[in-house]
Amino acid sequence: MTTATTYETIAFTVADHVATITLNRPTVYNAFNDALTTELHDALKTAERDADVRVVVITGEGKAFSSGQDLGDLKAKYVPGHVPHLGEDLKRRYDPIITRITSMDKPVIAAVNGVAAGAGCSLALACDLRVASEHASFIEVFINVGLIPDSGSTWFLPRLVGLGKAMELCCTGDKVGAEEALRLGLVNSVVPAAELMSATMTLAGRLANLPGRGLALTKHLLRRSFERDLKAQLEAEAFAQETAGMTADHTEGVVAFIEKRKPTFTGR
Amino acid sequence: MTTGTTSATTTEPKPMTDASLILTETDGAVGIIRLNRPKVLNALNPELMSMLAAQCEAWDKDPAIHVILIAGSERAWAAGADIGDMAERSAIEMYERDQFATWERIKRVKKPLVAAVSGWALGGGCELMMHCDIVIASETAQFGQPEINIGVMPGAGGTQRLSRAVGKAIAMDVILSGRFLSADEAYRFGLVSRVVPTEHYYSEALKVAHALAKKSSIALRLAKEGVLKAFETTLSEGLEYERKLFYMLFATEDQKEGMRAFVEKRRPDFKGR
Repeated sequence: MTTATTYETIAFTVADHVATITLNRPTVYNAFNDALTTELHDALKTAERDADVRVVVITGEGKAFSSGQDLGDLKAKYVPGHVPHLGEDLKRRYDPIITRITSMDKPVIAAVNGVAAGAGCSLALACDLRVASEHASFIEVFINVGLIPDSGSTWFLPRLVGLGKAMELCCTGDKVGAEEALRLGLVNSVVPAAELMSATMTLAGRLANLPGRGLALTKHLLRRSFERDLKAQLEAEAFAQETAGMTADHTEGVVAFIEKRKPTFTGR
Repeated sequence: MTTGTTSATTTEPKPMTDASLILTETDGAVGIIRLNRPKVLNALNPELMSMLAAQCEAWDKDPAIHVILIAGSERAWAAGADIGDMAERSAIEMYERDQFATWERIKRVKKPLVAAVSGWALGGGCELMMHCDIVIASETAQFGQPEINIGVMPGAGGTQRLSRAVGKAIAMDVILSGRFLSADEAYRFGLVSRVVPTEHYYSEALKVAHALAKKSSIALRLAKEGVLKAFETTLSEGLEYERKLFYMLFATEDQKEGMRAFVEKRRPDFKGR
């Protein structure tokens, strides 16, 4: 069963426990205007709260994943004598999207169909997994307009590719193609463009049928592992395992293993 | 008040239909008090506070209880006081009613008070928490003294205890701006003892309470007195005081038992004498 919610700048559908959010401003390479960031956050919130949704996929319509902030939208602000307050803009529009993705219990997959630049790149990096089309590319384009990589890029990138490479990519604004992204660990897989959505849905479908609580706990443990020392992480693992051990899915997994049958997980 | 003897569960306290302001039960040597005004996020009114004080005092005298655990709900430990009740009172009325006098009774409790804190710990809730000796907080707990937002200030020890707990810079920030601290901040600033995942905050607090309950009850009480003295006196006087408490414990059976058990490589069996 597929349900769709109507938005102007994104498409939002739920099918087979997977919510798909498609950035839908293809004529401007899915650039983020005010409406898009509002709707994207709203859709993420809906997906997070919908008990039927177990996995979230974010992709872009047309040639690009997203080219980042819509500069055309800012034109009016760039008149002589005007100082933009970009920090406030980030806190209001972008940061809630990023923290929503990282803090929600459900895995979020970016299906990167084309260029992911600026905040579009940050959005892809914030997701838990990245499946890339052969046409995908990543550009930390901010420095070219005198800005810093925002929306979490300076946090996610060094964690994914190491400090040295992150420094290079952020300081040069160089483009990383799909194959190089795979080599760097920036994406999890690269597939032919025509197979992007089927490959992504296969992955999403697998995750949707795994124990949801176990996935959530695993996501949060890995997400926080860079902030903790080993002792604190071991402590966190012990608590998480205590929680996981109490789930019906854990019992089902063990019983199914003993009975040599396929487990049926319910997310409880 | 329901003073039951049912054994405590290790999970989140269940919402009960009982209209009591506090729910009490005992689990071995641990006395458990649950703040029970869910509709108002456990706002502390004078009735609740005097019941809480009375229960703490009763257990303080009861040799079967070694440790008192105070819990709220997962959503709220205690979100302040009944503002509606105070809004139109005059200074003289407030002075005569002296509602904060009850809090002195909780301060005087000699046995360890363990707090299981999740959700909101605001205003009076934060102040009640600071009366407790060990605070186990959930990751989702939030702390604050937002009295400034309604034109007053903390009145049940907030300015004194928060400053002693976290220092002037943070205390001023919290009390003057009314901003909330996350569990993580509260831990870093020394306001709470441990932060654990929300699913486990209550069971962990109960575990801590039971661990304390196995120690010598008299040694616990004197050790608590010693630590609290540190906030009341100079270093030299505090050290002098500590030394006297330490020597005093050599008049107890528990000291003999504890030290002999250590030498004999066995577990001590404390009697609280």
